[in-house]
Amino acid sequence: MIELEHLSKRFGGRKVAPVQALDDLSLSVPAGSLYGLLGPNGAGKTTALRILCTLLAPDAGQVRVAGVDALAEPRAVRRLLGYVAQEVAIDKILTGRELLHLQAALHHMGAADRLERTAELIELLTMGDWIDRRCGGYSGGMRRRLDLAAGLLHRPRVLVLDEPTVGLDIESRATIWQVLRQLRDQGTTVLLSSHYLEEVDALADRLAIIDGGRVIAEGTPAALKGALGGDRVTLRVREFSDEQEASRVRDLLQACRGVRQVVVNRAQGYSLNLVVEDSGVVETLRQQLAEAQLPVFALAQSRPSLDDVYLQATGRTLSDAELSVAGRRDLKEERKQSMR
Amino acid sequence: MTSASPSLTPLPAASGEPSALAEITQETLALTRRLFVQLARRPSTLVAGVLQPLIWLVLFGALFANAPEGLLPGGISYGRFLGAGVIVFTAFSAALNAGLPVMFDREFGFLNRLLVAPLRSRSSIVFASVLYITSLSLVQSLAIMGTAALLGYGWPGGAGLLLVLVTLLLLVFAVTALSLGLAFALPGHIELIAVIFVANLPLLFASTALAPISFMPPWLGWLAALNPLTFAIEPIRAAYAGSFHLTDVVLVAPYGSLTALTCLAILAGLAAGLFLLIRPMLDRKLT
Repeated sequence: MIELEHLSKRFGGRKVAPVQALDDLSLSVPAGSLYGLLGPNGAGKTTALRILCTLLAPDAGQVRVAGVDALAEPRAVRRLLGYVAQEVAIDKILTGRELLHLQAALHHMGAADRLERTAELIELLTMGDWIDRRCGGYSGGMRRRLDLAAGLLHRPRVLVLDEPTVGLDIESRATIWQVLRQLRDQGTTVLLSSHYLEEVDALADRLAIIDGGRVIAEGTPAALKGALGGDRVTLRVREFSDEQEASRVRDLLQACRGVRQVVVNRAQGYSLNLVVEDSGVVETLRQQLAEAQLPVFALAQSRPSLDDVYLQATGRTLSDAELSVAGRRDLKEERKQSMR
Repeated sequence: MTSASPSLTPLPAASGEPSALAEITQETLALTRRLFVQLARRPSTLVAGVLQPLIWLVLFGALFANAPEGLLPGGISYGRFLGAGVIVFTAFSAALNAGLPVMFDREFGFLNRLLVAPLRSRSSIVFASVLYITSLSLVQSLAIMGTAALLGYGWPGGAGLLLVLVTLLLLVFAVTALSLGLAFALPGHIELIAVIFVANLPLLFASTALAPISFMPPWLGWLAALNPLTFAIEPIRAAYAGSFHLTDVVLVAPYGSLTALTCLAILAGLAAGLFLLIRPMLDRKLT
């Protein structure tokens, strides 16, 4: 349904050091799927979505939505798309209902259709209590729900959401998740970006992990995690161990069959992180530790997460990446780019 | 809940495109409506916009009340002379500020909402601003003209009123287009306000709003004779002077004499030129 092919986009130049926001990014979103775009802030997610929504032209590459070339026929693509931007764009002087009616006119909807659709969405997103109040007084969750309603008003075949649940209360987030799943079940293609692992893991049928403006991994969450193999185990023999004891335990663990990659984590009180091939190995570990007269303060075992997928592909965790990117970004310049 | 089912056919529009005119009208009226709702809920703009020119008229009109008779061409009083200037300057200021709401829409991301929508023509954004500012100027102008009449400065009459209207429409269209162009070209509202601030009063002083060209040194006379405000002021002043024809000379400039019709033609050319100039900026989205 959505085809992004070899997209490149570079910002800045004359005054500021150029930033390669997209670097030969290609992506294919199947029709009727809920597709997640996961990556740290600054990875290029928003740039990719803005290009898809015809707000920005790529330096190179192709964009197609339902077979329509977005660069050649932007208006046809705008008809197909609903876009919910990261910065909620509402007019605080208007009421929510007035905003929806304005949106309907911008999509050339008839009066009857407009009233019907507005009523449907008010019910769907439970906005009835406050829709006739001015937007200026809305909470973050109310604004986001109204923004989502505006994006859905014209029954788009493709819904694009940029970080739809950042900073939201739990109730609003649950409502939005539910609506997105429902839309997908009814045949809408949903593409959302997020830097929340859990969100993409819980919602997406497929996902692409983006880093440095390119796709570094793509697939279903289960397949991506399954490809890593093994379970993650965190072991602490005492609450605060020391280096000597940790290395003794590490040697012991490394000798066990089915144990891979034992790492001592100094920052976490010399705890040990390891990968085991199957859960049976953990039982063997417990026995071995008992035989060596070592206590077990804590032993946590988990399936690989998307963060492990990211770690495997880039050699750093998502939160580390966020921190390192934060220093390199020129937010003022980005703001200028997003102002049209 | 099932009500949200999105149909798989793109849009009702798929069954035959509705006419461009109908769609542009729908877009323009919806955008204009938004501006009027904002005005109705924040009426201070309107109140200040009507009061300010009235203060101009009363105070400035009184400033030269005791000037020797026959000082001005045609022997009219200064208050009567000033009326046309205040009307034009008021409409000009309002139009020059038209870009501000658009700039704030840019800054708050609201413009993206318009640009992502399948607008038939992005000129609708310009048309909406022009409709809004023209209506606003009309209310302001009627208030000025009413006050001027009460102060004994006269009333333009039926045909004159029409001329006032046409002149204002052309000027407002041109200046609104310019202001919207600035709103797209400049980086932020601080810069836009700075440009408005710098352009506003000098354009007033370098026009025939406050004094006729014959009062000015040659260099200023030249400036005033090239100033678009002058081309709007003189036809309106002629309308105030009583019976007139479009082919009457209304402006004696250093480079020649201009009729009311010529003045209007220059304004129309300016409006068309500026509109064509800013159109590509609206479509810049894919650059």
